[in-house]
Amino acid sequence: MSDITASGEALPSGKNVRELVHQSLGRRHRQETIFKSMGLVAILVALGFVAILFSIMLTKGLPAFWQANLHTQVYFDPDIIKGGPRPVQEAGQSDADYRQQDLAWQRQVTLSNWNAIVEQTVRDVAPDTDAEKRDILAIITSSARFKLRDMYVEDPSLLGQTVPVTLLASADADNWVKGKLARDLPDERQQLSRSSRDLADQLLADGDITFDFATHIFTNVDSRSAPASAGLAGAFMGSLYMMMVVIVLAVPIGVASAVYLEEFAPKNRWTDLIEVNINNLAAVPSIVFGLLGAAVFINYFGLPRSAPLVGGLVLTLMTLPTIIIATRSSLRAVPPSLRQAALGLGASRNQTVFHHVLPLTFPGILTATIIGVAQALGETAPLLLIGMNAFIANIPASPLDSATALPVQIYLWQANENRHFFEARTSAAIIVLLGLMIVLNAIAIVLRTRLEKRR
Amino acid sequence: MKSALLKGAAIGLLATSLVAATAPAQARDTIQIAGSSTVLPFASIVAEEFGNAFPEFNPPNVASGGSGTGKRLVCEGVGEDTIDIANSSSKMKQSELDACHTNGVMDIREIVFGYDGIVFATGINEGDFALTPEYIYKAIAAKVPVDGAMVDNPYTNWNQIDPSLPDQEIFVAVPGTNHGTREVFDNNVLEDGCEAAGLPEMSDDDMEAACLTLRQDVVVEISGDYTETLARLQANPAAVGVFGLSFYENNRDTLKVATVNGIVPTLESIAAGDYPVSRPLQFYVKGEHIGVVPGISEYVAFFLSDEMAGQGGTLEEAGLVPASSDFLASQLDNFNNGVQYQP
Repeated sequence: MSDITASGEALPSGKNVRELVHQSLGRRHRQETIFKSMGLVAILVALGFVAILFSIMLTKGLPAFWQANLHTQVYFDPDIIKGGPRPVQEAGQSDADYRQQDLAWQRQVTLSNWNAIVEQTVRDVAPDTDAEKRDILAIITSSARFKLRDMYVEDPSLLGQTVPVTLLASADADNWVKGKLARDLPDERQQLSRSSRDLADQLLADGDITFDFATHIFTNVDSRSAPASAGLAGAFMGSLYMMMVVIVLAVPIGVASAVYLEEFAPKNRWTDLIEVNINNLAAVPSIVFGLLGAAVFINYFGLPRSAPLVGGLVLTLMTLPTIIIATRSSLRAVPPSLRQAALGLGASRNQTVFHHVLPLTFPGILTATIIGVAQALGETAPLLLIGMNAFIANIPASPLDSATALPVQIYLWQANENRHFFEARTSAAIIVLLGLMIVLNAIAIVLRTRLEKRR
Repeated sequence: MKSALLKGAAIGLLATSLVAATAPAQARDTIQIAGSSTVLPFASIVAEEFGNAFPEFNPPNVASGGSGTGKRLVCEGVGEDTIDIANSSSKMKQSELDACHTNGVMDIREIVFGYDGIVFATGINEGDFALTPEYIYKAIAAKVPVDGAMVDNPYTNWNQIDPSLPDQEIFVAVPGTNHGTREVFDNNVLEDGCEAAGLPEMSDDDMEAACLTLRQDVVVEISGDYTETLARLQANPAAVGVFGLSFYENNRDTLKVATVNGIVPTLESIAAGDYPVSRPLQFYVKGEHIGVVPGISEYVAFFLSDEMAGQGGTLEEAGLVPASSDFLASQLDNFNNGVQYQP
């Protein structure tokens, strides 16, 4: 640009300037084209990587959402099921007493040989199989016996009846019918015996085994003894509690500190120091917050290990700087004339900030919150240090119960020794986590545009 | 609207801090377990089945982290913020027990519930390895004896150590020092191999250093789980990895196991004591927590029951080498009688 001005001065005639411009036009257009094409290539490369990532995730993970199920009839055999009729609370019997009696009955029922019923159930659909009891049980997930028990405890009148049930196939059988293990491998390299494999093939060919959508991925907790029934419900609830703690703590504290620092605090060395420290805090690696959480919240305050509350507190520390910085920058984007007008009309500083400035920053704060929460949702490292990487077999009922989180569940599943089954499960969990992230971001965008429109 | 928003936020803040403040007063009702990644699958299965069999108790929480970590956590002190049980694939050392006592944990009970073999495996398409502790020692020690003098390890391929081994580059993934497996590896493989290799005369300390110092160029120490070792083998199929038997059993289609002293590791050969690299698996219970955290005694009894750790039990199917039922019964008796662990 300075070239043109300089030569323009040397050559006052308008025609020469135009010629000069014309001469350089080709070069400038070329530069633009080069830059544009480089930008396009950069975007295509980035998109390519995203596409590769997603296609790997989807091809590996989607099949895990459909699992082999055996559809059959189960006979609740009175000769096998122990415990007799369920006790009923008699008049005058105390609640605690009745509960004791009921628990004793449930234990009796649990001790019944449910596996014999599972075996008989399979034999009913494949009467001519040569499989032993062991081979038959190997293709049905080991939690089937608890499923049948729960059905019976729920409704003791099932005794002696035959009802249709759907039993989940075991992880090994699922691998086999999905062809994850090469079919030509010799017996000693297979997980299932020959008769188990033949039985699974026969059931599949007869249509007794079908692939159904695995809703239990969303409703069950993690499982080790019955890997086929492992689900994400526990981890999801753990993540949910943590996000609730993060939102409840990080948003008010973050917004309040940002408003104070930006609108009220005097500009001096102390506030500068605080500002620098907040920016530094945003760059602290998350694992450091995990160590801090273990030392302070668990060892000093004595909060329980593996609790989402502690996880939420640690993630709050991590999210705070994000929210403070983003809120401050959106406060700064509010034109000063607005503040001056309000002050000029006699509003106090408090009224100026809360009636005129802060409402304009809502979209910014909202975006910052959701970005911060999404970041916290995907954080794993600090949670490993506060014991949230434990195997937890029930859904946490409160933020103080032990739980894992979605990203930690992914970490745990990728370490499971049943590689063929859990590789797919891990990808499925990643799909669920990414889906949640996309939903969160979509909510952020929708809310922001709506708030901006209303303004 | 804004003031309502602020009020809501303030109430939320108050509620959370209240919850946080009252938390320690609430009794913990879930057993907390941490430690060995080898024991983890077994303990998790028992925990889950325990929750199913005893509806009145919560299923225990089982965390990984390595045997050393578990023993350190259980010895941190007495109280609800410390764990109750440490899973371990190596015995508790005197120094670890002393750390327990220093922190006020005076009642530590050991329960041995079965055995596990440590296996050496390569990618499925690699050569057959017939290993001995001596070969392994010579492959991975920093200094080895050659013609009666200690020299920097000169071997680059397995067949240079012994012509019977495949012509394959030496690369070994061993468990890191946070794993109990490593201790057994040191004791049962390296020290035996060291002895067999015939080191020149030296002081005991020098001898131990010479036996246990690994070369850094071709040995990688894995501090994570066995899947990390497996990933190393997938990146470099010629690598030899150290696994627990149950992990290998679950991945027989991708791993080829090496024999040690000519013996193939199986449930049978380990139970019979033929396979040289096996170790007992155990967990350590903090006696002070029995009766405070509900269900600990029941969990131990359930763990040692025939349907779990016994022969033909659920854990055997998951790859545990079971102990005899007499032995399990004696372990349970010791636990119930409060017999203290002595290294």
